[in-house]
Amino acid sequence: MEVLKIATAGSVDDGKSTLIGRLLYDTKSLTDDKLEAIAHSSKKKGYDYLDFSLATDGLVAEREQGITIDVAHIYFSTKTRSYIIADTPGHVEYTRNMVTGASTSQAAIILIDARHGVIEQTYRHFFINNLLRIKDVIVAINKMDLVDFSEERYNQIKADFEVLVGKSDYEDQHITYIPVSALKGDNVVEKSINMDWFKGQTLLEHLEKLDAINIYNRGKMRFPVQFVIRPKKEEFHDFRSYAGKVYGGEINVGDEVIVLPSETKTKIKEIYFYDQKFDTAARRSSISVTLEDNVNVSRGDMIVKVNELPKIQKQFTATVSWMDAKDLVTGSKYVLQHGVNKVLAKVSAINNKIETDFSGIETNVSSLKMNDIASVSFHLNKPIFFDSFKEHRTNGAFILIDPQTNNTAGAGFIE
Amino acid sequence: MTEKLHINALENEAIYIFREVAAQFEKPVLLFSGGKDSITLVRLAQKAFYPAKIPFPLMHIDTGHNFPETIEFRDRLVEELGLELIVRNVQDSIDQGKVKEESGRYSSRNTLQTTTLLDAIEEFKFDACIGGARRDEEKARAKERIFSVRDDFGQWDEKNQRPELFDMLNGQIHLGQNVRVFPISNWTELDVWTYIQNEDLEIPSIYFSHKREIFVRDGLIWSASEHVYKDEDEEIEERMVRFRTVGDMSCTAAVDSYAATISEVVSEIRDSSISERGARIDDKRSEAAMEKRKQQGYF
Repeated sequence: MEVLKIATAGSVDDGKSTLIGRLLYDTKSLTDDKLEAIAHSSKKKGYDYLDFSLATDGLVAEREQGITIDVAHIYFSTKTRSYIIADTPGHVEYTRNMVTGASTSQAAIILIDARHGVIEQTYRHFFINNLLRIKDVIVAINKMDLVDFSEERYNQIKADFEVLVGKSDYEDQHITYIPVSALKGDNVVEKSINMDWFKGQTLLEHLEKLDAINIYNRGKMRFPVQFVIRPKKEEFHDFRSYAGKVYGGEINVGDEVIVLPSETKTKIKEIYFYDQKFDTAARRSSISVTLEDNVNVSRGDMIVKVNELPKIQKQFTATVSWMDAKDLVTGSKYVLQHGVNKVLAKVSAINNKIETDFSGIETNVSSLKMNDIASVSFHLNKPIFFDSFKEHRTNGAFILIDPQTNNTAGAGFIE
Repeated sequence: MTEKLHINALENEAIYIFREVAAQFEKPVLLFSGGKDSITLVRLAQKAFYPAKIPFPLMHIDTGHNFPETIEFRDRLVEELGLELIVRNVQDSIDQGKVKEESGRYSSRNTLQTTTLLDAIEEFKFDACIGGARRDEEKARAKERIFSVRDDFGQWDEKNQRPELFDMLNGQIHLGQNVRVFPISNWTELDVWTYIQNEDLEIPSIYFSHKREIFVRDGLIWSASEHVYKDEDEEIEERMVRFRTVGDMSCTAAVDSYAATISEVVSEIRDSSISERGARIDDKRSEAAMEKRKQQGYF
């Protein structure tokens, strides 16, 4: 079954958790015992309605403060496909969680409170979805019940958002506007009877019809080697296969390939998935391959097709999303993890800080704080094999690990 | 030779995670309870490393209160697949005076497992423990990472977790720390059952409908056994039941069921209006029961 992952973004009190709760409730994904627990907690809090946010806010601190702190994952399925919602908190200080949730998502829902319209937070949410190259963005204009289900208000917010879209450089992005009331259930799963002026699809209808193939960003085939399999068994005496996940495009038996960094040419001899052999493996499959020639391959090496070489460099510039409490400063050193390959990286320059509200850049920056986004140049101890993030959503991204704390301190998108 | 490989996104993700564990850690171990989730993990590990054998042992933290069917099944699976199994017993931790047996109506050895687990991690110097926890099971688990770092005391610091971006898993840790790894984080209960059906995996008999001596307390069906506390006025009866999760006898309630085959189980789950952990007595202790246990080093 196809799995679609959706990131959600909204400001405090935009009703994000209520929207998710509504999706779960109307798709009958909430079981009786969970509903009972929600009813019980809602009553305890003195609400006269079911507070669906209680279904998603899992940590004690979140329930106490009534906010979402960390990325939570929520699951539901329909007859069409399985959905994973990465519920990311929308406060300004939690940019890192939004970047994290968006990194594995193919679609995003941006929530807007119809009473407040497009606010600074909306700019930031859209900016991150843009940065992460999320292909399908749904702008859910919520709380329509509180603005009398006004078509005029909807059109006004839509026009305001269009101004934002005009500032984006991501042309393949598809944007859909839907007026909803998560609390009352209008246009989430069921069509609204209060907004017959709206002729578009409900939120779920839209998600159900997203093309499972086109929704994924494609690129050239990249096969980073994760693990070398050597069975050392009688029947597989000299057997040696290279395990990894296929990114970007297909890989076929007989393909002429180049192994990086040695730049040795060879051919794909066999493709294994468990104990079966295949002619072709699609992108995102975890396979293992054998090669025609006896080539020296180890973890972190990359197999690519001839004539499709990535860039092989020790220096590059990337947009960095900083996630650590310890600042990033010029000259500092990190472990750079690019896919499954690790190298050492030194910050050679912080070129400029990028304002996440589309207001421009700030030059003469000497350090980056948590939640900052900036253009940073790096110098590596060994070359890596990359594509620009715009051309390849997996092979253009990396994480930075602080060698002292071992924490994942930031993420980068190569320019 | 089959022509084109059709992919199951969840299976491919899990295989990728297993390979990252084998590559990034020196002493991984697969925590095996004999339940459906850990049985699924074993198959995924086989797929990840074929034709080589699974490059790490299995470990069972045995409370001594398991269903005998599960233990029998565990030993047979290990034998058939030629795997290495380590067993550590909660009874030993009790005998050593490290933990104290609970008493009374809701007594269970479930929380006592944590001490035995942490001792075993230290004994074998395991740096990665692979478990079958899933995010859809419980709301504190919904916040769990795929590589979840635990400190020297095995504790989970939920507010200070490493962000996980794209497919990139950061397994770098300090000496003494370990990582809990959850390859089927993104699977739902139905995904697991469908997988077991498609792969034709064998599972312990208690997952299927059988006649059992039970008693009803707080609306839950408890197995009548020497390991489960029972009041004198609680009446034992015989019913057709099965188990949806397999934990300790003292913390796992049964459900009424006539589902006797895997396809009947799958359709029962699909139509069920009760969640899987609705029958877990350990979660009912409080709204934050799981979060508390995880902070202390639980699975």
